[in-house]
Amino acid sequence: MAEVDELSKPMFAGLSDVSISGDIPVEGEINVPVGTPSHDDEYSTLDEPVKDTILRDLKAVGKKFVHVMYPKKSSTLLRDWDLWGPLLLCVTLALMLQGGSVDSKEDGGPQFAEVFVIIWFGSVIITLNSKLLGGTISFFQSLCVLGYCIMPLTVAMVVCRLVLLGGSGMVSFIVRLIVVTASFSWSTFASTAFLADSQPSNRKALVVYPVFLFYFVIGWMILTFSPSA
Amino acid sequence: MASPDDLKFQEFDEATDLLLADPGASTLSMSGSSRTAPAGATGDIKLDMSDDEGQEESSELLRGEKQTSGFWTFEYYQSFFNVDTMQVLDRVKGSVMPLPGRNFIKHTLQSSPDLYGPFWICVTLVFSLAISGNLSTFLNSLGSPQYHYRPQFHRVTIAAVVIFLYAWLVPLGVWGFLTWRQREERQQSGYSFLETVCVYGYSLFIYIPTSVLWILPFEWLRWLLILVAMVISGSVLVLTFWPVVRDDTKVTAFATVATIVILHALLSIGCKMYFFQTATRTPVPTLAPNHTAAIFTNKTH
Repeated sequence: MAEVDELSKPMFAGLSDVSISGDIPVEGEINVPVGTPSHDDEYSTLDEPVKDTILRDLKAVGKKFVHVMYPKKSSTLLRDWDLWGPLLLCVTLALMLQGGSVDSKEDGGPQFAEVFVIIWFGSVIITLNSKLLGGTISFFQSLCVLGYCIMPLTVAMVVCRLVLLGGSGMVSFIVRLIVVTASFSWSTFASTAFLADSQPSNRKALVVYPVFLFYFVIGWMILTFSPSA
Repeated sequence: MASPDDLKFQEFDEATDLLLADPGASTLSMSGSSRTAPAGATGDIKLDMSDDEGQEESSELLRGEKQTSGFWTFEYYQSFFNVDTMQVLDRVKGSVMPLPGRNFIKHTLQSSPDLYGPFWICVTLVFSLAISGNLSTFLNSLGSPQYHYRPQFHRVTIAAVVIFLYAWLVPLGVWGFLTWRQREERQQSGYSFLETVCVYGYSLFIYIPTSVLWILPFEWLRWLLILVAMVISGSVLVLTFWPVVRDDTKVTAFATVATIVILHALLSIGCKMYFFQTATRTPVPTLAPNHTAAIFTNKTH
């Protein structure tokens, strides 16, 4: 008991009138790193050149594009989601769908804003639908997957515009029909490969159908693109 | 301190006495709903509505009582999507095969409405109307040489506004009217707002194949299809709402049912006339004797 008093006396005795200048003798070691220097494993992106930062993001986006072209069941797409790819694809698609029959605003194709709204609102609604049905995928991961899987349809749009340069007769229509159908089924299949796993098995069809409808509508917009007369 | 008396089994009253003395003491309740209560539970056992358990909990709760979460939580809306694929298909089948005596709400829905069916049926109907209308306009004007194909994308917006207004405002009106009458006449049975929306949503399903078949350019076929679709989906609605209004005065009952049928007919006829305009076989399709086409030509010039 005496030792306790001795030990406690310098710690607690006269605590009220002690200054905070460190004259309290304290037992033990303090392991708090004072004045933190940047450790070697600390990931500081502030000092690297801008080129590296941009290239890193571009590589991530490119890797995801490759994943969409060869859809195997990998979770890389799901884990590191980013929305740069979907934005790029959406803007490209909306821009290419312009320049259609521009002489009449009434009966023409979709405006830029309409394409944008359909793609983004459509993705949000499908994501909400799959979450409400009890899916385990997170909101932005699902947006990321749906956005990246528009890529085959964007490729089809490029092909269609090239085909239309050669004329817009029956042959070109059949070619465009085949290309759009193939890419729309590819998109649906690719996104289903990622999304359907997160659902209980008795609700898979309920989640796949809206995705099918979404890509069908986008495919329809691509197929009905008619150049100005 | 230990006496032989203390080693005997204590009466249960002692525990209740202890609890009365200190109501805030930690207790362990062994009732069925305490699945989430660990050993150190506080006196107030809350049901933890985390995402992975929310599904089970809400479906169990629904059997006993209706939604207990507020309308601002995600779980509230999750309870409306608590359907499987087979259930949705059964409901769709029930909406296209009305049998007398089979109330859609009581029999097929079994009083657990869902929002998945109505919402996606409306979306599909919007796009099928716009796309089929576009196709039929194209096929109509196929012969004329100066026809240039137009996608007519603005029709999607118009179709969406019309269908969604119908699918939400009309059930609101019907439900409001029926609830008001039910309060007046002090009747027991009545449908909730969601059940009404559900019936209307599923009854629109028949128009999806109808709109696709409307592409065929035969006028008599289109009117025949309208008749068939009206009979089927109208009878689903009538069979659902008749038991509720039948106890009312004759005039009100008939007026209500007639209004429901007429509104339904107006929707289908309006859609058919707007989206599937018949063009006469003149070389200039924009001068077809049709009011809406004339308005559009006036706007563009």
